[in-house]
Amino acid sequence: MRDGYCLGIESTADDFGVGIVSFDGEVLVNINDTYTPEKGGIHPREAARHHARTAGKILAEAFKKSGISPKELSIIAFSQGPGLGPCLRTGATAARALASYLNLPLIGVNHCVAHIEIGKLINKAEDPVTLYVSGGNTIVAAYEAKRYRVFGETLDIAVGNCIDVFAREAGFKSEKGLPLGRIVEEKARKGERFIPLPYTVKGMDLSFSGLLTATINLLHKGKYRIEDLCFSFQETIFSMLTEVTERALAHTEKKEVLLTGGVGSNNRLKEMLRIMAEEHDAVFHSVPKEYALDNGAMIAWAGVLSYKHNLTIPVEKSFVKLKWRLDEVEVPWVGEEDAD
Amino acid sequence: MKKYRVPELDREIRIRRTKHEPSIIHKAKEVGVPTPIIYAVDVASATIIMEYVEGKRLKEIFDHVSSEKREKLCRCIGRLVGRLHKSGIIHGDLTTSNMILTPEGKIVFIDFGLSEQSFEAEDRGVDIHLMKRALLSTHFTHADESFEHIIKGYKEVMGEDEAEKVLCKVEEIEKRGRYVSKR
Repeated sequence: MRDGYCLGIESTADDFGVGIVSFDGEVLVNINDTYTPEKGGIHPREAARHHARTAGKILAEAFKKSGISPKELSIIAFSQGPGLGPCLRTGATAARALASYLNLPLIGVNHCVAHIEIGKLINKAEDPVTLYVSGGNTIVAAYEAKRYRVFGETLDIAVGNCIDVFAREAGFKSEKGLPLGRIVEEKARKGERFIPLPYTVKGMDLSFSGLLTATINLLHKGKYRIEDLCFSFQETIFSMLTEVTERALAHTEKKEVLLTGGVGSNNRLKEMLRIMAEEHDAVFHSVPKEYALDNGAMIAWAGVLSYKHNLTIPVEKSFVKLKWRLDEVEVPWVGEEDAD
Repeated sequence: MKKYRVPELDREIRIRRTKHEPSIIHKAKEVGVPTPIIYAVDVASATIIMEYVEGKRLKEIFDHVSSEKREKLCRCIGRLVGRLHKSGIIHGDLTTSNMILTPEGKIVFIDFGLSEQSFEAEDRGVDIHLMKRALLSTHFTHADESFEHIIKGYKEVMGEDEAEKVLCKVEEIEKRGRYVSKR
């Protein structure tokens, strides 16, 4: 296949990201702009408005930084789902406009597939069990016969959401775009006493809503040091995540563990997974922040992989898919070289 | 022991599961669900010594047997799960990794570490949902028909009405998840 470049647009939630990746996997640029609500969580319409406002600026910056001109691009990829409707539509509109104007093939990428693929690319991982944890997703997945199969997932809220809600209840304020989870992590490091909290693992699935309610109740009672609560909250959540990942690893008998998503930047979670992986003689991979958080490069790279298998879509059929599950997507590029 | 957990939490979880598992395994046996024989339990060190069950994990053979054989196995699994549920046992981790087919053709259920006691449709529903999910991720080619056969066996024991209640719950539980097109 001839050389080329793919431009990827990510806009599933609060990030508007653009990345340009060469067909052989070199990331030339990966930039984004995050919508930060004044208070509370993400308001989909406000986030979409932010994306529409910043799209032009970010795209121009991406071309400038990478030294690639729009004419040099070969394909345009965008995150087609899952995510927030208004946000997805804004990114999709930008991608469709570019593809139409430049007369290039358009590719709709599954956001979760993109997270796994960029993690594999950066780490040169081959066939990992992936734990993908963020504000919107909590998934344990591994490749089996043409797809990334979901072995475990949350039965209710996503883990990042759980941590954010607790942090807001505790009155933590995000400073300079620092995620709330980082503040919880800092406080947890100063925790000394472990307070028992509901630990809910069901097979390889998890539930966080009861744990969240119980922790918030204890918070409002004011009986415990906030550091001890953060510590216990984190330890309980991450033990649950590590336990289900361990179950999936034992069940699939794979030899690699990949941690990605925003919550994956937590050092304690990394430590726990590393220890668990070592006990199973598996290699642990984590993903640097710029590729673990939502980003355009991952969409571009998944676009390249899809393009090699002719998975392009016509503009008129490029509707966004708000609830597009990871395990609905065939990934024909996986296991190509060493078919098992 | 899980080194990744803080000792307090690790101890709490292991002791809870160690106390719990032998009694449920015993109860399962009483209602006709084959389980390993427990030889010794030491709560302080969270150790259970139990029988080594000869046979093959269902996970390994499930996709390689004839469809008639698989249907029979599924019916049997369904009946066994029905017996557990009927007597108030929720297994908590119904994957084919936790079922062993013995040379005599018996299916033995193992790993009751996540089990609980309940007669609630909700808990039964989660149990069935997890099993369905395990089939979909591991035995995708036969998942749908296998699930149907399991449910047939399940209904034989639970009765049509009770089984339907649980299946309604399963649907409700699925809709609670994220990114479900049915919702």
